[in-house]
Amino acid sequence: MSFWEYANPRKFIATADAVLPYVTGLAAICLVTGLVWGFFFTPDDFRQGSTVKIFYLHVPAAMMAINAWVMMLVTSLIWLIRRHHVSALAAKAAAPVGMVFTLIALVTGAIWGQPMWGTWWEWDPRLTSFLILLLFYFGYMALWAAIDNPDTAADLTAILCLVGSVFALLSRYAVNFWNQGLHQGASLSLDKKENVADVFWYPALVSIAGFVLLFLALVLIRTKTEIRARRLHALEMRERME
Amino acid sequence: MMPDLGKYASTVLSAYGISLALLVGIVLLSLWQSRRMKARLDAAEARRLETPKNG
Repeated sequence: MSFWEYANPRKFIATADAVLPYVTGLAAICLVTGLVWGFFFTPDDFRQGSTVKIFYLHVPAAMMAINAWVMMLVTSLIWLIRRHHVSALAAKAAAPVGMVFTLIALVTGAIWGQPMWGTWWEWDPRLTSFLILLLFYFGYMALWAAIDNPDTAADLTAILCLVGSVFALLSRYAVNFWNQGLHQGASLSLDKKENVADVFWYPALVSIAGFVLLFLALVLIRTKTEIRARRLHALEMRERME
Repeated sequence: MMPDLGKYASTVLSAYGISLALLVGIVLLSLWQSRRMKARLDAAEARRLETPKNG
């Protein structure tokens, strides 16, 4: 069986229907476990106090804001190269979800920053590149909505996605090569010395798994909706011509 | 049961409140759009089957 079989809309919907109950259930379990564990059963940080609890939302949301764009980049490239409609529709389906994750990352960062940095906002490299990423999400969705021909919309949004990828990567690595910002380096690392303490790390890991699974579940649901919308559009066009 | 959030209670609770509202919002919107689109497509498919073919 080839991976490209899933480019068939019927096959995609059948597979999505089969896996969705498990993905949704696991997403709910991981999200509730990670957030309840982080909120109720972890100690305060000696410097940040109880604001460290925002970490369980902010870090997974920021990671998924970038990863959602990377997923859109991959599916957009598949559309541009192989012209599979499902891949273009999957990119379209992922954009609102990625936008919400970016918004959560920015809002929770601002709320945390006010007491910790003394400011809601700073034109710091990572913060600024995240704001530009949010604007790219808005622009991407607006472009899909603005163009009637779905293939032209898929082509132009794919190009926009390629351009926006620069800011998605910048928002991930900005702190590494611009040292003048307020934002600290990555909190999570595979290096045990660099990583946060285990007491914060384990619930964060569960919460991250929850965000990843929630993203997957929502993209599957929304891609099915987009496939149906495309089919409906075709049927309505045929009705008008008869 | 509620942890003592100290002087940052409003900060932490507002971050959780806004984030959970946004997450619930995108989930409900996605489910509503999915159901609505499925119903519209089912209706269009039914119309197509009912319509006699020309010739």
